[in-house]
Amino acid sequence: MGFDYFFKLFIGGLTKGSIYALIAIGYTMVYGIIGLINFAHGEVYMIGAFTALIVAGILSVLNLPMFAVLMIAVVIAMIFSAGYGFTLEKIAYKPLRNAPRLSALISAIGMSIFLQNYVLLAQTSNFLPYPDMIPDFAFLEPIKQTLRTTQLIILVVTAIVMILLTLLIKFTKIGKAMRATSQDRVMAMLTGVNVNRVISVTFVIGSSIAALGGVLICSHTGRTHFYIGFLVGIKAFVAAVLGGIGSIPGAVLGSFVLGFTESFGAGYISSDYEDVFAFVILILILTFRPDGILGKSTKQKA
Amino acid sequence: MIKDRLLKSLYVSLWLTVLTFPVMVIRVNTIEDTVTWRWGNLLLILIGSYVFSLIWNYALERQERGKKVKTNKLSIKIKEIKATVSQSRPMKISGLAAVLAAVFLFPFLTSFYQMSIMNTALMYVMLGLGLNITIGLGGILNLGYIAFFMVGSYSYALLNQAIGLNFWIALPIGGLVALIFGIIVAVPVLRLRGDYLAIVTLAFGEIMRIVVENWSSLTGGPSGIRSIPRPAIPGVDLNLIDTAKLVYFIMIVLAAFTILITLRLKDSRIGRALIAMREDEIACQSMGINITKVKVIAFALGAVFAGVAGVVFAANTTFINPASFTLWESVLVLCIVVLGGMGSIPGVIFAALVLKLMPEYLRAFSEYRMLVFGAVLVIMMVFKPGGLIPEKRKHYNFTNKDAADFEEEDV
Repeated sequence: MGFDYFFKLFIGGLTKGSIYALIAIGYTMVYGIIGLINFAHGEVYMIGAFTALIVAGILSVLNLPMFAVLMIAVVIAMIFSAGYGFTLEKIAYKPLRNAPRLSALISAIGMSIFLQNYVLLAQTSNFLPYPDMIPDFAFLEPIKQTLRTTQLIILVVTAIVMILLTLLIKFTKIGKAMRATSQDRVMAMLTGVNVNRVISVTFVIGSSIAALGGVLICSHTGRTHFYIGFLVGIKAFVAAVLGGIGSIPGAVLGSFVLGFTESFGAGYISSDYEDVFAFVILILILTFRPDGILGKSTKQKA
Repeated sequence: MIKDRLLKSLYVSLWLTVLTFPVMVIRVNTIEDTVTWRWGNLLLILIGSYVFSLIWNYALERQERGKKVKTNKLSIKIKEIKATVSQSRPMKISGLAAVLAAVFLFPFLTSFYQMSIMNTALMYVMLGLGLNITIGLGGILNLGYIAFFMVGSYSYALLNQAIGLNFWIALPIGGLVALIFGIIVAVPVLRLRGDYLAIVTLAFGEIMRIVVENWSSLTGGPSGIRSIPRPAIPGVDLNLIDTAKLVYFIMIVLAAFTILITLRLKDSRIGRALIAMREDEIACQSMGINITKVKVIAFALGAVFAGVAGVVFAANTTFINPASFTLWESVLVLCIVVLGGMGSIPGVIFAALVLKLMPEYLRAFSEYRMLVFGAVLVIMMVFKPGGLIPEKRKHYNFTNKDAADFEEEDV
């Protein structure tokens, strides 16, 4: 239980946090713009992982270098997941844009169940070993026990995605349109923002980041399953709420808080209650700070 | 016009075919290292999504047109007939009598298998009606509702193990324990609204389930509790079929009781406060209603019914484990309430029966039932968000004829 153990848990928490962050961003972006919990987001992440698995499976006969396979698989997975995100918004959410919140939520739950079973039926109900696409770095060999290559890559990729996304939202035209839409959709429309396009772009970006997360996480854990999206999806949503839903830095912060809580809780207290720690911290934070850590403390509208 | 529509659907189906191509056509098995190509699926998706898109677009267009007032002669006629049927006393009474007779005769006309399915369905009727108080009347989205159901079943199972508690005494006690848990959960929830509230109830539900799963010394952990006694009448020897009949009647009585409470609640001061809170919390507060009190009541009342239903569940299956109380069950109960129509009692009953009975009778399609279930939820919300049988609000009808004697009518 020395420092090594602590460091291992720290890295574990950091990895978990980055994973949640990659998914939580999609939740929080969608929530910020249309005020809807996109329950099917976890499923999009799962489909991304499956698409990459399929692409890698086909490419394996070509004997390409490992790095090329990884790149092609990731890009195709991101494109297809973006397509799924785009399509599910058009089918399940767009007709409900002016409906009561509860209707949209039920529709999202329905979409989530549908997509899970679609992959279950079209693919398999077994756990599939995930192709080992990320080669081990030689320089990490001595500390392999505490920091694996996949963990390092997840951390770096998450950091890059965060930075790019922040730049996109702060400095580009579409980023400006997104901010305007999230502040006031009707007003944004009046000033000439194509709101439908902004919403579609949000879904496309969120979904493709989720797919990236899916490929990285499945490479890390070494297997995939049609059900992986659900629990991670819920946890990522918890992370987004923790940080104050609608805020991207909040989602990242919330994800790391959640990741560390789970990692240290499981490591020092009991691994049986790993999921409980996540939920307990959620209840505590929401009880004392109902708008999340970085949430705007304006009164919520009913 | 028609050409446009056909072309649009063609684009949609082409898009969906491309999108689903990797998942539908290729199957990679990394265990055996094989790749299977299923080109037949490509055609299936192409044709299927084309037809689906045509119907979808047509239905959307119709829905938009439907917002204008219906002036069709036939529909007016149907409305008139409906009104006369629903207003005439003899019609109402005979309808009610027919339903009662069917309910009473059901266990004597059907097989044991049918009855046990019906018993489970009736438990979900009760759960739906209980959650209807929290969501339908109070507008509080509770995603951890099944935890109260679990509390009820575990309190019967554990108390029976420990002190040999009788089923009949356990019924109110299960409700009481659930009530206490309901109040405990309600406390942190009070400050929250909307989605935050929903996610906290979800968290509570999951915490309770995980604790039960891991507290092996008390609850038996994931393997659960076995050989819980079935309900019995002292001094009467009941076989399995008789017990099923007994459970059926217990459930009917409990469901009727829940309906009665809900009906009385709706018209009471508390019920009106609940509905006011659902419609607008701020306005409700400014009318002098104590939101805190009302919220706790909405939560705790819903929990009581789940607790009582839980006791019957434990006694009926004689075996319980945490796997019966997952988040999906909460989602299912939520779907019952929303599909049936929030606040609508006949709607909730109908939806519970449909959602629990349909999968049993469609065993042949059991692989596809969750797929269909998901799709039905989306389609219902898009085209009929008020539910299958929307809630009818109480209002007063005045016509010249009976303006003299103000007659209150339930329309």
